[in-house]
Amino acid sequence: MALPTPLQAFSSVPKTSVGNDKQTIVNGEKMTGAQALVRSLEELGVKDVFGLPGGAILPVYDEIKDSTKFRFVLVRHEQAAGHAAEGYAISTGRVGVCLVTSGPGATNVVTAIADANMDSVPMVVITGQVGVGAIGTDAFQEADIVGITYPVVKHSYLVTRAQDIPRVLTEAFHIAATGRPGPVVVDLTKTAQTGDMYFSWPQRMILPGYNPTTKAHGRVLADAAKMFSQSYRPVLYVGGGAVRSGAQRQIAELARVTGAPVVTTLQARGILPDSDSANLGMLGMHGTVAATGAAQRSDLLVAIGARFDDRVTGDLTSFAPTARVIHIDIDPAEIGKNRVADVPIVGDVACVLDDLIPETTRTQAIHGKPDLTHWWASLNKLREDYPIDYDQPEDQPTDGSLSPQWVVKQLSGMADPETIWVAGVGQHQMWASQLVDFERPRSWISSGGLGTMGYGLPAAIGASLGSQRDFEGRKPVWLIDGDGSFQMSSEELATAFLDGAPVKIAILNNSVYGMVRQWQTLFYNKHYSATMLRDGEATKDTAPEDFVDVPDFVKLAEAYGCVGLRAFTEEQAIDAIKRANEINDRPVLIDFRVWKDAMVWPMVAAGAPNDEVTYRPGTKPLRRAAAQGADDAAQVSGAASV
Amino acid sequence: MANYPASQPGSQRHTLSVLVENRPGVLARVAGLFARRAFNINSLSVSPTERPDISRITVTADVDTVPLEQIIKQLNKLLHVLKIVELDAATTVDRELVLIKVAADESNRSDVLEIVRLFRVNVVDVHPESLTIEATGAEGKIDALLGLLEHYGVIELVRSGSVAVTRGPRALSEKVLGSEITGR
Repeated sequence: MALPTPLQAFSSVPKTSVGNDKQTIVNGEKMTGAQALVRSLEELGVKDVFGLPGGAILPVYDEIKDSTKFRFVLVRHEQAAGHAAEGYAISTGRVGVCLVTSGPGATNVVTAIADANMDSVPMVVITGQVGVGAIGTDAFQEADIVGITYPVVKHSYLVTRAQDIPRVLTEAFHIAATGRPGPVVVDLTKTAQTGDMYFSWPQRMILPGYNPTTKAHGRVLADAAKMFSQSYRPVLYVGGGAVRSGAQRQIAELARVTGAPVVTTLQARGILPDSDSANLGMLGMHGTVAATGAAQRSDLLVAIGARFDDRVTGDLTSFAPTARVIHIDIDPAEIGKNRVADVPIVGDVACVLDDLIPETTRTQAIHGKPDLTHWWASLNKLREDYPIDYDQPEDQPTDGSLSPQWVVKQLSGMADPETIWVAGVGQHQMWASQLVDFERPRSWISSGGLGTMGYGLPAAIGASLGSQRDFEGRKPVWLIDGDGSFQMSSEELATAFLDGAPVKIAILNNSVYGMVRQWQTLFYNKHYSATMLRDGEATKDTAPEDFVDVPDFVKLAEAYGCVGLRAFTEEQAIDAIKRANEINDRPVLIDFRVWKDAMVWPMVAAGAPNDEVTYRPGTKPLRRAAAQGADDAAQVSGAASV
Repeated sequence: MANYPASQPGSQRHTLSVLVENRPGVLARVAGLFARRAFNINSLSVSPTERPDISRITVTADVDTVPLEQIIKQLNKLLHVLKIVELDAATTVDRELVLIKVAADESNRSDVLEIVRLFRVNVVDVHPESLTIEATGAEGKIDALLGLLEHYGVIELVRSGSVAVTRGPRALSEKVLGSEITGR
């Protein structure tokens, strides 16, 4: 059949403008926009909403009643509503929802939106907006939140008519959860909230420009499978996209089928159990030497839902210099953004791997499986020689306080195996990712891309409420936080107590901004500018009048109705952890007094090549290995030709 | 890989045609993407098309291929963007509208009018001290015309920016046929 000419094609298009404000649908139940919003959330299966009311969103809050099918969680700061929704979304895999007011309420949630955007967290943020007539007049609490959030959202809506609400909500949830997940802002004018409309459900979405690819197309799978059969030093580099896609089973199977080692990003910790021998741990700035070394020396790097972030690659030009790259990502814009991919595969990770694994098996049946013995021997040597370790003399506290790494190790060892781990941002976050033994996916919640301090407590509350909802409370939540990071959102202890989120909080209190101090120590000549917090200077022997502890975390916890504990020594620490594990009816905070000069090792300095990874001051194992690399490669290719 | 700013001296001229939904805020999203990556947009023109629900943006920018690919991918992620095509100069009709106010009095008016005739462009306003000339054409023609008129003194100049369409019977919006974007 001949295609229509443009003239024919468009003759069916009405010549008159179709835009009018008349009610086009008059069947359905008559109600206000605010009622329609609540009904839409219920119809969408939303179970929990985080937020804080205000003038411009009051019509909606007025419709939240005892009979409303979702639970509303009142936070004390809108940023926390956003992070709580993130923690909720990551732990449960469902879309997190926030409901906040206009102006300052909306701008407060911008950090959380940017955070969700960087880490691809599905989230819908509903913000109030002044009436349509007042938009642009600098009305009280007016802020152009759609404009403000353009660069940090997946999509945004300004809703001016009540009748659009059910459809916009349907679209918003669809957009947030599908494709590459991300935050969607729905800015709801007061006019839309108070206007009348006819509610009908389900709604037809109008999204002509949104067609995410989930299945791999073309010859790429065969190309990738062929590359596996030709590679003697393969590495699977797994990122947060694999977690979002729920691809833990497929990752484990691909590792088994190909025999390749797995290295993960910060976000993907737990996707493969740490006890699995194929798991080399995290790579990059504070990753293990084995993981970083594996990527550097690989001849095939398979990026799976990972985006070659600078904290992973270090100096990009010298990252994995000898590797060919297979890049699997649902977002085509990530492929080739930082590193050219030899085989680009656009699609959902789980879906692509489901197709790639049988293809690889088929190729192996024809071409055989490469012998990876030498590769594993060299990696195992790195793993044995350079483990994550804090027993060196320079790691031992000199002031009688606790070693922060030791505390994390004890927390991990004594915790329920189902525990969901949450961290703020800083040294404690890196120690948690290095030293907690992750055995389950979605058991690690941390702000990666944006590195948002203060993320921990609200995210932990979200995860805890998500655990109650989806796992019947069987998954306890441990928050590992720093004294600096914690103080950015400590007001949420009120939410945790009043809304029944019995999070367990371990503050690694070194009385300084630890990660900044580490950089000051290493790169700024020990000029400790503005990093002293003076919130944990007392030791167990200090007389009360001789020190300032602002705040006193134990009293702070008690002020909010939580249990506060403090540990100066290892015995006290063990006792406190035991007690915290026993308390499940309210939040528990433990103030661990740790050594302020402890450092996170290994480390690659920002912008330095990964081959320069410093295991300990003065020890750069990969630089030495790089010199031997030529010999290894010769050996491997020799093995290949046999 | 990552070049910043994306527009470097000596980069090649590229023309992008972007079909977007005809609704408020779309241009801001598109322009914001260019701005964030330090793209120096050479020209940009937007207007509704044969379909009232679709607008077409024509962007020309001097930029290297790799950052251009990245920005096309990023543009594609915007939900309001329906289709992006990089137009090939060889198969494209490319036009620009220019209004030029030239200082011309009785002593040199006839010389200017001669140039106007040669270039087959129009005079749209006459004043004892000036002539306003309307010219359409591809960039080269406009540049040539301007080069000649400069000599007389250009008082004021405004260019519309490039609009471009591929040769032949096909419409770009055929590729988004069937997606009716109404009712919101």
